[in-house]
Amino acid sequence: MSQLARVSWALARRALRNLLRRPQFLAPLVIFPSLLLAVNVGGLHRTTELGGFPEVNGFLDFQLAAALTQSLLLGGISQGIAAALEIEGGFFDRLAAAPIPRVAIVIGRLIAAAAVSVAQVAFFLILGLVFGAEIAGGAWGVVVTVAIGAVAGVAFAALGVALALRAGSAATLQGIFPLIFVILFLSSAFFPQELLESPIDTIAAYNPLSYIADGMRGPIIDSVQAGPVLEGLAAGGGLALVAMVLAVLALRGKLRDA
Amino acid sequence: MSGRLRTIGALTRRALNEILRVPTGALPGVLAPTIFMLGLTAVFGKAADLPGFGTDDFRSFIVPVGLLQGAGFTGAATGVNLARDIEQGWFDRLMVAPVSRPTLLTGIVLSASLRALLPATFLLIVSFSLGVQWPGLDGLLLAYVLLMGMAAAMACFAVAVALRFRTQQAAPLMQTGNFIATLFTTSYAPYELLAGWLQVIADINPVTNILAGVRQGFVDSVTWADTWPALLSLAGMIVVLGAIALRGLTRVGVNE
Repeated sequence: MSQLARVSWALARRALRNLLRRPQFLAPLVIFPSLLLAVNVGGLHRTTELGGFPEVNGFLDFQLAAALTQSLLLGGISQGIAAALEIEGGFFDRLAAAPIPRVAIVIGRLIAAAAVSVAQVAFFLILGLVFGAEIAGGAWGVVVTVAIGAVAGVAFAALGVALALRAGSAATLQGIFPLIFVILFLSSAFFPQELLESPIDTIAAYNPLSYIADGMRGPIIDSVQAGPVLEGLAAGGGLALVAMVLAVLALRGKLRDA
Repeated sequence: MSGRLRTIGALTRRALNEILRVPTGALPGVLAPTIFMLGLTAVFGKAADLPGFGTDDFRSFIVPVGLLQGAGFTGAATGVNLARDIEQGWFDRLMVAPVSRPTLLTGIVLSASLRALLPATFLLIVSFSLGVQWPGLDGLLLAYVLLMGMAAAMACFAVAVALRFRTQQAAPLMQTGNFIATLFTTSYAPYELLAGWLQVIADINPVTNILAGVRQGFVDSVTWADTWPALLSLAGMIVVLGAIALRGLTRVGVNE
C-alpha cells in the first residue's frame, strides 16, 4: 500500500472515530431531515393528487430522496465543521509539519464522508420501509441509490472541507446552515419540477441538486432507468470533482499561510 | 420594585446590545424565516390548488408559520446565549448578585420577546411587498403579541435546557424543540388535509391554536373564536415552561 493510501486510510479512520465519539455532530444529520420528512409527508400527502404529479406509491416514497439530499448536505457541513475544529485545535498544524503527503488530509476526510453517506442512505431507506414506503427498483434500486448518495456525500464533504480550509473557523461553517435550505428550495428535491412556481422551476433545471435528488428518487418510485441514474451520478461526480479541486487548492493556500 | 425593573431593563439591554455589536450573528436568525417562507411557497405553492385548502394563496397561508418559526428560533437563541454565559462564567456572577431568580428569568425572557420583533418585521415587509394579504391593524397587532409570547415561551424552554446541559452543544436540542412545536401543527395544510397521525399531534399541540390566531388575519378576518384559544394556549405554555425554567434557576448551585 502506498504512503498516500496508508495515511489517508488512517486519517479516515480517525475522522470516523471522532464523529462516532461526538453524537452531537451525527444526530442533526438524521434528526432534522427525519422531522422535516415527517412534517412534509403528514401535511402534504394529498399533493400526489395534483395534476402533473408522477405516479407514486405514496408521498413518503417521493419525499425520501428529499430527506436524503438534505441529510447528505448536512453531512458535508458536518465534515467541514470537523475539519475546521482540527484547524482551531492545532491538529492541522501538526499534520502540516508531519512527513506525509498533504493531500491525504483531504482524501482521508472524504473517505470518512463516503462511509457516513452510505450509512445515511441506509438509515433513510430503512426508515422509509418501516413507515410503508416501497423501493420499486428492488435490490438494484438500493445499490444505485446508495451509490449516488455516496458520490454526492463526497461532493458535499469536499465543499465543506474547502470552506473550512478557507475560513478556518467552525462558526463560519455553522453560519451557512440556512444556505442549505436555500439551495434545496432552488431544486426539485422536494417537489416535481413541473409543479414548482416560476422562476424556481427554471433555476431547478440548472441546479445539480435536482439531478442528484431525482437520481436517488428514480429507483425508489420506479424501476431502475438509465436516464435519471446516469444524470444523478454525473451531477454528483461532476460536483465532487469540482469540489475536490477547490478543496486541494484551499489546502495549498492554507499550507502556504501555515 | 424599581430595582427589579432596573435589573430587568439592564439584562434586556445587554441582550439587545448583542444585535448591534455582532449584527452578523443575528443575521441568520433574521433571514431564515423569510428564506423558509419564500422557499416553501415556491416549492409547495401548488398545494393550495387542492380541494378543501380554503385559500388559493399559499404564501399568505404560510407567512404565519415563518413568523412563529422566527419567534421560536429567537427564543431558542436566548437559551444558546445563556449556555455561552454559563460556559464563560458570566452566569456565575449573575447568580451571586443580589437579584431574585424570577427577576433574572424575566429579564432573559423579555429580551427574547423584543428580539423576536426583528425577524417578524423583516418577514412581514418582504411578504407585504410580495402581495401577501394585509391582516388588518387588529390582525397585525394580535400577531405581534402572539409572536412575542411565543418567543418568551420558547426562551423559557431553551433556558431550562441550557441550565440542564450547561453547554452550547445543547443548541440543536433547543432548536429541535422549536421545530417540532411549530411544524407539527396545521403549518403546511388545513387540519382536514393533514394525515391522521398528524391531526392527533396537532390536536394536542398548543401551538396549533397559536398558529390559528396568528394566521386568521392573513387568510380571513380576525374573530374572537380564533383569538381566545390562541391567547389561552400561549398563556398555558408560558406558565408551564416558565415554571420549569424557574425551577432550573432556583436549583442552580444546589448540591454543587
